[in-house]
Amino acid sequence: MTRVVDISKLEIAFATDAGTVLAVNDVSLCVDAGEVLAIVGESGSGKTVTAKSIIGLLPETAVTRGAIILNDREVIGLTGARLRATRGADAAMVFQEPSTSLNPVFTVGWQIAEGLRAHGKYTRKESRAKAIDMMKKVGIPDAETRVDYYPHQFSGGQKQRIVIAMALVLDPELIIADEPTTALDVTVQAEILDLLRRCRDEFGTAIILITHNMGIVADLADRVAVMFEGTLVEEAGVVELFTAPKHEYTKKLLAAVPRIGSGGARATARTAERVASGTVNTAAPVVVARNLVIEYAGGFGRRSFRAVDGVSFTISPGEVLGLVGESGSGKTTIGRAIGGLTRVTGGSLQVLGHEMLGIKERTFKPVRGDIGFVFQDPASSFNPLLTIAQCVAEPLIVHGRAGDAAAARPRVNELLEAVQLPRGYGDRFPHELSGGQRQRASLARSLALDPTLLIADEPTSALDVSVQARVLELFAELQKQLGFAALFISHDLAVVDMLSDRIAVLYHGRLVEEGTGAEVLGAPQHPYTQRLLASLPVPDPTEQALRREHLHSLQAADLAESA
Amino acid sequence: MARATEPRRLTPLWHRLPVVHQLRQSVGLQRGMLIAGLSITVLFLLTALLAPLVAPYGFAQLKDADGNFGAQQPPSAEHIWGTTVGGYDVFSRVIWGTQTALAVIIVAVVLSIFAGVLLGLVSGYLGGWLDRVLVVIADAVFAFPTLLLAIVAAIAISGGQSSLWGGVLAAAVSITVVYIPQYFRVIRAETVRIKSEAYVESAKVIGSSTSRIMFRHVLRNATRTLPLIFTLNSSEAILTLAGLGFLGFGIEPTAAAEWGYDLNRSISDVTSGIWWTSVFPGVAIVLVVLGITLVGESLNDLADPRLRTRRRASVTPAPTAEASAVPGGSLDDAVNLDTLEQTDLVDTTESEGLK
Repeated sequence: MTRVVDISKLEIAFATDAGTVLAVNDVSLCVDAGEVLAIVGESGSGKTVTAKSIIGLLPETAVTRGAIILNDREVIGLTGARLRATRGADAAMVFQEPSTSLNPVFTVGWQIAEGLRAHGKYTRKESRAKAIDMMKKVGIPDAETRVDYYPHQFSGGQKQRIVIAMALVLDPELIIADEPTTALDVTVQAEILDLLRRCRDEFGTAIILITHNMGIVADLADRVAVMFEGTLVEEAGVVELFTAPKHEYTKKLLAAVPRIGSGGARATARTAERVASGTVNTAAPVVVARNLVIEYAGGFGRRSFRAVDGVSFTISPGEVLGLVGESGSGKTTIGRAIGGLTRVTGGSLQVLGHEMLGIKERTFKPVRGDIGFVFQDPASSFNPLLTIAQCVAEPLIVHGRAGDAAAARPRVNELLEAVQLPRGYGDRFPHELSGGQRQRASLARSLALDPTLLIADEPTSALDVSVQARVLELFAELQKQLGFAALFISHDLAVVDMLSDRIAVLYHGRLVEEGTGAEVLGAPQHPYTQRLLASLPVPDPTEQALRREHLHSLQAADLAESA
Repeated sequence: MARATEPRRLTPLWHRLPVVHQLRQSVGLQRGMLIAGLSITVLFLLTALLAPLVAPYGFAQLKDADGNFGAQQPPSAEHIWGTTVGGYDVFSRVIWGTQTALAVIIVAVVLSIFAGVLLGLVSGYLGGWLDRVLVVIADAVFAFPTLLLAIVAAIAISGGQSSLWGGVLAAAVSITVVYIPQYFRVIRAETVRIKSEAYVESAKVIGSSTSRIMFRHVLRNATRTLPLIFTLNSSEAILTLAGLGFLGFGIEPTAAAEWGYDLNRSISDVTSGIWWTSVFPGVAIVLVVLGITLVGESLNDLADPRLRTRRRASVTPAPTAEASAVPGGSLDDAVNLDTLEQTDLVDTTESEGLK
């Protein structure tokens, strides 16, 4: 096998406002042709920086030391034309967000051919033919016409295929894929991973796959490098890593990955408890939706967009309903409607006994005290100019339980302790807390008024796996203690499974399946749920290989059906 | 906040003050620009405050114990920058002129900033027809030339020739009319952006009233760019005042010293080789405008992490952990996963470097 990249003793330092930060420390890696190396680690572990240094994509503030040999050529220190010659031809990059890595004002064919123009003389005809050829290879149907389409005319998954086509057009020895599927839905993710696998098998390309998702690693990687705080803590073959992790950190990381089926036992226990206490079906449900319709008004002369279409469900007191679906399925809209942030346009939605269709803000305001809301992005859910204590005290002040932030402080301290944050953190500003800590503070704020209903909108999707595990555990614990009902919105089936009593699956604004975790995940009825479940990569290479086969057979069946 | 239970960041308070903070943060050319701008601006402020002590004569003084100064006298020991065609001492006029310039800046900015910020906040947050009407009005005002407005205002306020406050107000009002839309636009744009931030939505789901959200959560976050517009607009205020004076709609020489008026009176001198009457007031205008603009521009660059230059990373840097965003913040070790979470902190500093 030929060695494509050989990184030895790589050190990268950044100049920041807080002084020099060593982002990568003494990392040595190598990748052979036809091999997929996955670099795993949490945000800030230096995995992206390491990969970007191979094609000299680091910002000016970075200082690199060590050696990177790409195709028998030293890359560090290359500048200008010689650096450009290696980019694209020797190594290409696939970025995380396909919607921003394509230029919206040029056709995709032009953009695929851009690499050709940069590296040699091609006539317009040749480059166009090549672009069509590449689009066919990455599986875009009807490539001859669609080569002249603009990026917005493609779906997210197709855009990522085009980005991969751009990377492949010069036939590079190495593709660096930086979280290539993070911005995509699970079902689309499976297709992109298949495509990358084909790149390796058919073109013999070496791939460096940067990811934080252990399921993707199990699905695609041949070898895995685990990074932690800028250092390489473990490097092993994929089967070896998953069966016998050596380093402490790797073990923790693997243990923290949510797995489908882990929540079943807990849900059964909770249901049994409620049956024993006799609250099942006796208390009035906190949320009742009947044929709920939510439309977003279209602009002048355009039809309005129906985000939620005839959805019915209920949430009983003390029950956790998990709402799963892909982006655009309407799950967040439902959560916002219950929280009174989005207007209901049809059907009926009753929240804590109030009909939300056409409700006045004044009538709903007292009810807001009984509803807690946890937002998705911990970075923006706190006012950056207020301390954590002041932010957590806000609901208490607004609802007249305390005069000002100082008077609310005892209660705020209680809340912070409940979410396992030291009281002293109340005096810090939001940017001084990590993502997980902020999300816990956000939970504290939503619980300030002892709500009977909590809406959690993807509370952990912006967090690293280990942090996510911690926040989910805390959520489950608090739910058990305080007994609030919850709507838990997520795109991750495994996360929802961990917490929910019942799971509802949304697809294009419609509720396709609802039931307990065992019913929905154990024996899914609707083909979409089946596909969703099969697309979810599990952190176990051998099992994942089997699941992949299962998914392929499902897809084949779908195709046969539609044909 | 007084009862912080653990050691906090120990930077002294004055290091965190707006301009001082940026000065400490800056390096290289940006630091040079900022320091140059600050020194000129401070010199300008000091001159304005200490004008009675610095200026040897009054701004309207034509004679002293030795008799009349005489018109168009070249620089000499008694009149270091000479005298004007009207027989005033040029040096004293330039020094006293700083007071007039400062008054215009203060009045203009005070008049426009409150109205502009308030309108922008309300319009941006509430939206709807109010927003549309205000935006159209703001656009219409933009179409007016500043100087024309200033002339109209000058005539309306004081019939053209005016006293000190009449002239200052005329300039200030015209600047106000033009600047309210600028502040309005900036604050409105920020408000519209902040309105969709999660912390505003979280305030909404809590049940906060609209005014509480506007003033507690949106206003303070929306006003971050104000110092920049403030400095840039101040320099334009001076130019407008000078323009008015030059066109003869300024302040009478007996009411106050004003650079634009002096320039106007020196037009005929230029052709007859009398340079001192025009050069000194002209240089004064250029310097003040330059100083304030330099401060504004460098504050603007420093506020943007992408434009901010930093010291080059040293080759053997300190260990990563020391640069974490929360110094001394050891977490509770009750659950071992917490140690993993600390890596997030490093991420904050790293991603800043990447911007």
